[in-house]
Amino acid sequence: MQNIKKTWIPYLLIAPSVIFLALLFLLPLIQTIWLAVSEGGAPSLANLRTMAGDLNFRLAIRNTFLLALAVVPVQIVIALAMGSMVAKVDGGRETILWVWTIPLGISDLAAGLLWLSILQNSGYLNSLLFSFGLIERQANWLSYQTPIALFFAIAVAEIWRGTAIVMVIIVAGLNQVPKEFREAAEVFGAGPWTRFFRITLPLIKPALQSALILRTVLAFEVFAVVYALGGTNMPVLVGEAYTWQNQNQNYGVAAAYAVLIMVISLAATLVYLKAVRVDPERLP
Amino acid sequence: MKRSLFIGLLTASSLFAGTLARAETIFLSTQLRPIEEATAVRNVILKDLPAPVEYVVEEPPQFAVRMEAERQAGKHTISLVGALHGELSPIAAKDGFVPLDDLAEKLQGKGMPKALLDLGKLGKDKQQYIPWMQATYVMAANKQALQYLPQGADIDKLTYDQLIEWGRKMQEETGQPRIGFPAGPKGLMARYFQGYFYPSFTGGVVRPFKSLDAAKGWESFKQLWAVVNPNSTNYNFMQEPLLADEVWVAWDHIARLKEAVTAQPDQYVIFPAPAGPKGRGYMPVVAGLAIPQGAPDEPGAKTVIEHLTRPETQILTAQNVGFFPTVDAKLPSDIDPGIAMLAAGVDATQHAQDAVISLLPVGLGDRGGEFNKVYMDTFQRVVIRGEPVADVLNEQAAALSKLMGDAKAPCWAPDAASQGACPVE
Amino acid sequence: MTAAQPSNFGSARKMLLWSGIAALCAWVLVPIYLVALGAFGGRSGVYQWPKSILPTGISLEPFLLFLRTEGVAGAFLNSLGAAAVTVVLSVLIGAPAGYALARYDFRGKDSFRLLVLLTRAFPLAILALPLTVSFIRIGLYDTVIGVGLVHTILALPFAALVTQGIFMGVPRELEEAAWVFGCSRPQAFFRIVAPLALPGLAATAVFAFVISWNEVFAASVLTVRNRTLTAYLLTVLSESPLHYRFAGGLLLILPSVIFIFAVRRYLFAIWGISSK
Repeated sequence: MQNIKKTWIPYLLIAPSVIFLALLFLLPLIQTIWLAVSEGGAPSLANLRTMAGDLNFRLAIRNTFLLALAVVPVQIVIALAMGSMVAKVDGGRETILWVWTIPLGISDLAAGLLWLSILQNSGYLNSLLFSFGLIERQANWLSYQTPIALFFAIAVAEIWRGTAIVMVIIVAGLNQVPKEFREAAEVFGAGPWTRFFRITLPLIKPALQSALILRTVLAFEVFAVVYALGGTNMPVLVGEAYTWQNQNQNYGVAAAYAVLIMVISLAATLVYLKAVRVDPERLP
Repeated sequence: MKRSLFIGLLTASSLFAGTLARAETIFLSTQLRPIEEATAVRNVILKDLPAPVEYVVEEPPQFAVRMEAERQAGKHTISLVGALHGELSPIAAKDGFVPLDDLAEKLQGKGMPKALLDLGKLGKDKQQYIPWMQATYVMAANKQALQYLPQGADIDKLTYDQLIEWGRKMQEETGQPRIGFPAGPKGLMARYFQGYFYPSFTGGVVRPFKSLDAAKGWESFKQLWAVVNPNSTNYNFMQEPLLADEVWVAWDHIARLKEAVTAQPDQYVIFPAPAGPKGRGYMPVVAGLAIPQGAPDEPGAKTVIEHLTRPETQILTAQNVGFFPTVDAKLPSDIDPGIAMLAAGVDATQHAQDAVISLLPVGLGDRGGEFNKVYMDTFQRVVIRGEPVADVLNEQAAALSKLMGDAKAPCWAPDAASQGACPVE
Repeated sequence: MTAAQPSNFGSARKMLLWSGIAALCAWVLVPIYLVALGAFGGRSGVYQWPKSILPTGISLEPFLLFLRTEGVAGAFLNSLGAAAVTVVLSVLIGAPAGYALARYDFRGKDSFRLLVLLTRAFPLAILALPLTVSFIRIGLYDTVIGVGLVHTILALPFAALVTQGIFMGVPRELEEAAWVFGCSRPQAFFRIVAPLALPGLAATAVFAFVISWNEVFAASVLTVRNRTLTAYLLTVLSESPLHYRFAGGLLLILPSVIFIFAVRRYLFAIWGISSK
C-alpha cells in the first residue's frame, strides 16, 4: 500500500523535530545525565548513593507508585463512564463534553490552590461537614498524622485534574467504533456488558493504550498538587528532585532523581506496549 | 500565510528582545516580593534615584538557578542583587560577587555595626555583600490565648516548660492544639532549630549536636510537639493560620507574621521566643545587597546600594515593608501600629538578659541547604516518626560532621571558635 | 435506542443517565465555583469559619485590584507571544512528523516515537539550568522566543502524536486518488489532506497554547523582565494574602476555560477520527 520507493520522505518529514529535540532536549538531557553520574568531572556513583541513602528515598518511591496505582485506573474507569454516557445523549453533547474537559486547561499550580481552598482546616469541606453536624471542630485532612486522608485527598485532586485528558482520548476512540458493530451485537442478543467487553473495549484498545501510557508517565511526574496540599508530608519523586535542586542546591542528586524518574516512566511505557498489544490490522 | 505569521512573530519578539538594550540598572531581589511591597520599593524607596532602576523580584529557587546560569554562561543582565544571607552564600562560594570593601568602609564610618558588616564577608577576606535590612524571629499570640497562660509566667520571659504547659492547657480547654510552627516546605523551621532550639538547650549549634543536652532538648521538644497543631508541617507562613484562628501561638519570621499583626494589631501580642536551660537563643536575619561579577552597570549598582543604606531610606523601608534598619536610624513614632509592635518584640528579644545570639551559618557556601536538611531530617525522624533520639542524633551527627568537613567551615557563634572545620563533639 | 423497551423503564434509565452526567459536571464545576468565591470574597471571606457555600459578601474589588497591578498587562502580552511561538513551532515541526508516523513505515520509527515520548517522561524543571546557560550564550535569554522554544519541547510530543491520529483519520484512498489524477505529493497534501485535517490541527494548536499558557518554572527562570503571566503571578502571588492568591488562581483558570470552549467542537477530532 505504501510507496516504498521514496524512502527518504519520512526522514525528511521527521528531520525538523529530530533536529529540534536533539538541540533543545537531548543535549541538555545528556548534560544532566552526566551530572547525575559524575562528581567534579570524573565518573562517580556518589550522587546515586546519596539519593538511595536519603531519608525520603524509599518513601518517595512507594508514594509515587501507590499514587499512580490508585489514580490511573480510577481515571480510566471514570473516563470510560463519561464516554459511554455521552454516547447516549443527543442534545447538549458538546456542552457536557466541554464542562468535562475544563480541567485539561487548568495548570497544576491552579489545581493545587483550588483543592487547598476546599480541604484546608477552615475550608469548604470542613464547613460543609460542620453545618451538617458531622464534625464538632475543624478536622485535619492534610497533616502528617492523617496519612491516609492526605493520600486520599491528593488522589482525589489528581483524579479531578487528570481525568480530562484520558476522557478526550477515550471519547475520540469510542467515536471511532462503528455504530453498526454494536447494532449488530444487539441484534444477536448481546447484553450491554457483553457488548462493552466483547465489542467496544477491544476496538478502543489503541486509544486505551495511548491514554494509559500518557497518564502513567504524567502520574510519575506528579508534584505540584502534592506539594500544594501536603507540602513534604508525602514525599514523591519529582518533589524530591525539586527539593534537592532548589532547597539543597545539589544539582547532582537532583539530576539523579530526574534520571530515575525517566527510567521508571520508560519501563512503564514498555510494559504497556507489550501488555496492551495493538494489532496493526485492527487500526483503521 | 503561516510563514508570514511566523516572520511577523519573529520581528515582534525581536522587538521585545530589543528592549533589553535599554541602559537601566536591573535590581533582582528575593525579598519584598508581594505586590504591595514591590510596588512600595518601586514607587517610594527607589523613587529619588537619578538613573532609573528596574526592580525585579524572584522566588529563591529560580533566583539560584538564574544566578548559576548567568555565572556559567559569563553573560550578565543583572547589576544588583538583594537576597538573604543564606541565598547569597552559594554564589559567593563560587566567587560570583564584586568585592565591596570600599563601600563597607564608608558605611562603618557612618555607624553600621562591625559585627553586622562582617557577616557580609561570608567567611572570606573581602566584603561580599552589604547588609541591607534586618529582621529576626519572634512569637505571636492571639489575645484569646493569654487567659490560658500558666500562673506566674511572664510572657516576655517565657521558658520552654511554661510554653509546654500553656499549650497543654489550651488544648485541654479548647479541644484543639493551638501552638503552631512553620514546618512546611517553604517554612523557616530549620532556622528555629539552628537559632533558637539548639542555642537554648545546648548553648551551641554544631559542636553539641549530639550531646546529652541536645538529647534532653529533643525529649522536651517532643512534649511540646504533642500540643502543637499537626498541620504545622503544612504551614509556611504563620500569619495565615493565625488569621484563620487555627493557631493562637506561633513562632515565625517577623515578615511572615506581619500580615496578621498589621491587619488586626489589637488582636495579637508579640514576644520573644522561650528560653531553655542555656538561655534564650535568637538569630538575627540579614538581607544583603551584592553586585555580581560582570554586572553590566557596576557604578549604577553602587549608587543604589548607597541610596538604600542611607538612614532616611532605611526608615522609609521600615515604614513601608517592616524590615528594620542595618544602620543607626530611629524609627518615627507615627509608624503603623503593627510594625511598632513587631519592632518592640524585636527589641525585647535583642535585649533579653539571657539572650544567646546565634549567627547565620558562615562559610558553608552552596552546602547551606544540606546543612538545613540535617536539622530538618533529625526533626522528621525524632519527632514525626518517633525514632530513638540517641540513634538519630548519632547518624545525623555523622552527616553533619561530613558536611562541615567538606565545606571546611569553621565554627560560628554561639559555638566556640575552631581551628579548621567545626567539629561535632 | 430504546423504543422497544417499556417507556417507564426507559425513563428510569434516562433519569439515571442524566443524574450521572449531572454529578460528573458538578464534580468538575463545584471546585471552580468555590475558588471563584475565594477570589471575590475578599480578605474577611478567606478566613471566615464556617464558610458559606453561598455567594455572600462578594465583591469584584480584590480581582480588579489584581488586574490593575503594575506589570500584569505586559506579562499578559508576553504570555500571548510565547504561546503564539509555541503554537506555530509545534504545528510546523510536529505536523510533518505526525504525517510521517501516520503514513509511512520506516526504520527507526519506534526509536523516534520513543524520543518524542521521552520528552514527557522527564521532569523539565531539571533541564532548566543547562538550557538557561545555553540560552544566555546564544542570546535567547529573557526573550519571548526563548520561552516559546522551551514550551515547544513540551508541546511537540502532543502535536506529533495528535496529528498522527488526525492524518490516520483522513482516508489514504483520497490521497492516492489525487496522485492518480496527476497531483504531486505536496499538491495532494495541501489540496486534499490539509483541508480535511484542519479542524484537528486547530485543536492541536489550542493544546499547544494551553500547555504554554500554564507553564511556570521554565518561563520564570528564562526571563528577567519579559515575564509571562504565570511566571509573573508566581513571584507576586507566593507571599500574597490568600484572597489575592485565589484571584490569581482564577485569572489563570479563566483563559483556558475560554480557549477550550472555543474549540470544543474540534477537541474530539484530535485523538482520532472525527465522529461518524
